[in-house]
Amino acid sequence: MLKIKNLHAAVDGKEILKGINLEIREGEVHAIMGPNGAGKSTLSSVLTGRERFEVTEGEIEFNGKDLLQLPAEDRAREGIFMSFQYPVEIPGVSTVNFLKTAVNEIRKYRGQPPFPAGDFLKMIRQKMELVGIDNKLLNRSLNEGFSGGEKKKNEIFQMAVLEPKLAILDETDSGLDIDALRIVANGVNKLKRPDNATIVITHYQRLLDYIVPDVVHVLYDGRIVKTAGKELVAELEEKGYDWIKEEVGR
Amino acid sequence: MAKEQENIIQEVTGSEYKYGFVTNVETETIGKGLNEEVIRMISAKKEEPEWLLEFRLNAYRHWLTMKMPRWAKLDIPEIDYQDIVYYAAPKQKESKQWEDVDPELKATFDKLGIPLSEQMALSGIAVDAVMDSVSVKTTFKDTLAERGVIFCSFSEAVRNHPDLVRKYLGSVVPYRDNYFAALNSAVFSDGSFVYIPKGVRCPMELSTYFRINARNTGQFERTLIVAEDDAYVSYLEGCTAPQRDENQLHAAIVEIVVEKNAEVKYSTVQNWYPGDKEGKGGIYNFVTKRGICRGENAKLIWAQVETGSAITWKYPSTILKGDGSVSEFYSVAVTNNYQQADTGTKMIHIGNNTRSRIVSKGISAGYSSNSYRGKVKVVKTCRNARNYSQCDSLLLGDKCGAHTFPYLEIENSTAQVEHEATTSKIGEDQIFYCNQRGISTEDAVGLIIKGYAGDVLNKMPMEFAVEAQKLLQISLEGSVG
Repeated sequence: MLKIKNLHAAVDGKEILKGINLEIREGEVHAIMGPNGAGKSTLSSVLTGRERFEVTEGEIEFNGKDLLQLPAEDRAREGIFMSFQYPVEIPGVSTVNFLKTAVNEIRKYRGQPPFPAGDFLKMIRQKMELVGIDNKLLNRSLNEGFSGGEKKKNEIFQMAVLEPKLAILDETDSGLDIDALRIVANGVNKLKRPDNATIVITHYQRLLDYIVPDVVHVLYDGRIVKTAGKELVAELEEKGYDWIKEEVGR
Repeated sequence: MAKEQENIIQEVTGSEYKYGFVTNVETETIGKGLNEEVIRMISAKKEEPEWLLEFRLNAYRHWLTMKMPRWAKLDIPEIDYQDIVYYAAPKQKESKQWEDVDPELKATFDKLGIPLSEQMALSGIAVDAVMDSVSVKTTFKDTLAERGVIFCSFSEAVRNHPDLVRKYLGSVVPYRDNYFAALNSAVFSDGSFVYIPKGVRCPMELSTYFRINARNTGQFERTLIVAEDDAYVSYLEGCTAPQRDENQLHAAIVEIVVEKNAEVKYSTVQNWYPGDKEGKGGIYNFVTKRGICRGENAKLIWAQVETGSAITWKYPSTILKGDGSVSEFYSVAVTNNYQQADTGTKMIHIGNNTRSRIVSKGISAGYSSNSYRGKVKVVKTCRNARNYSQCDSLLLGDKCGAHTFPYLEIENSTAQVEHEATTSKIGEDQIFYCNQRGISTEDAVGLIIKGYAGDVLNKMPMEFAVEAQKLLQISLEGSVG
């Protein structure tokens, strides 16, 4: 589904990603872990097409398409979704209205007619139950005055509605208490299907107790320096990142 | 990053003015220039009574003693008042039958989307269409007359209802009020007159559509609305002008009288030609709008969406005289390219227990300057007045300016006055968030602006809310940030 080859990327002229290679297949959950400043957020920004990140070398293929040629909105329409670490507020626009616009733009891109209003609301109701989010929240201005937990839950709800092929959870666990974490993880697990994939980007183990990865990568200084199965999570939690740094020899 | 924002801004605010065409119709004009002779000529053309000519001449003589106001945050070039034509009328037969209206004029208003033929007017909105100095056609006059509602051009009102006009003309905005009010009072040509008798709820939306067509012409219309006790009316004005390289002057007066328990809602969709991208041409919009809540519990609501004009100088105001009277002001003002706006409202609390609410939303893009100037005054004898003001500014890009000038003059300690102001930018973060959900940058800006201005757009009459929203998006097309 996703093939990243020798990806180099820079911000304001400074190279952050220094040759990433990664392949993700349908049905897989990959965790990308690493210390602060390793390039985790840069990787998610490059994948989603944030313009101020400049790709200097390498390629990304997504379902046979050259991802780097597509603007951010087309990548989303192709089925890439990111749960933001810091979701933005849009005053005066309710989550429901926001999603209606998003869903219909995606449908238009795929050559489908707009969702009939009744069907859309029915679908929203189903997803609401699935994620366990309050109706009231969805009719308020997007993320305005939401608690940290509510914002993240809202991200997962949007993911449920947009049904991405590839979901990137960018530090979704940051700022969540254990109950919120469980609810969010639960939502993600319910949305897992054989034909979609998930990238969980995190610093800590705790989210991975609930969303169990198939593959774990350690990102350090712009490169993936270790790849293993889920047992790596426990090892990192126990020993921290220093031993990796030593192993890499820096 | 700045570069990128700049590009996005270009993209979203670059669209063309849709109403810039000129109608090819034979126009009767008088020569350029302003003097007593010209005023007598205008008055004679309209076959006005002596008292009205006197009113005009007094206004003119007073105007000569005045200076153009310079206190606004506007850069107004010197205006040569002798280089303006003060009267221009599309030539047409006296008869106001639909069949007799010049086909060119019909076509013009068709093109503007204004239903002038009653058969076509499915929307059920009565329209008075004013081109240059005269009213072309007023629809549904007879239907309205059955309820005792008078809705006609100002000239017609002078002819058919002189006592009413004489009673109210200048009663809310005296000609001495300000420079442009004096000028208008001297040379005003046409406009609309609305009279809602006691206890009548006007059965349809009333609307006046102003169009400047002729070259070198100023438009000086006057609107007078009177709602007697327990009456209700919702009124909307719209305006456009052709795209021309020179600036044209528009100096109007609106006077509204609201009696006991009556309610008037006055909405504006102002879309005068704003000039081109380099700031060439466009309308100078210097307007005095004021209403008085004369009786107890009278209510006056202003709702406006302003996207046009090169320069706007306008402060729709309410005098809250009747005890318990209420006024609300909702405004979205957009400036783009080199447009300048200094606009806001005044709420003058005189009666006890009067309430006012101000919600002003400015949106600036390009190199424009957008100022909110508002005054809340509570006089010494007024008890328990309440005011809430909210003035928000939204900036697109980093070359434009937004300013807020609130003036509070509270002379009675029982008053409760609240003022809130915010300034925000459409952030790259917001746009990217929308992009990441599959929403294009242009639609993202539309969505964000709709959310930002929603409180005001909701106050526009239903039929116009959608149009107003579209207008906002078009005005900002090519300018996102």
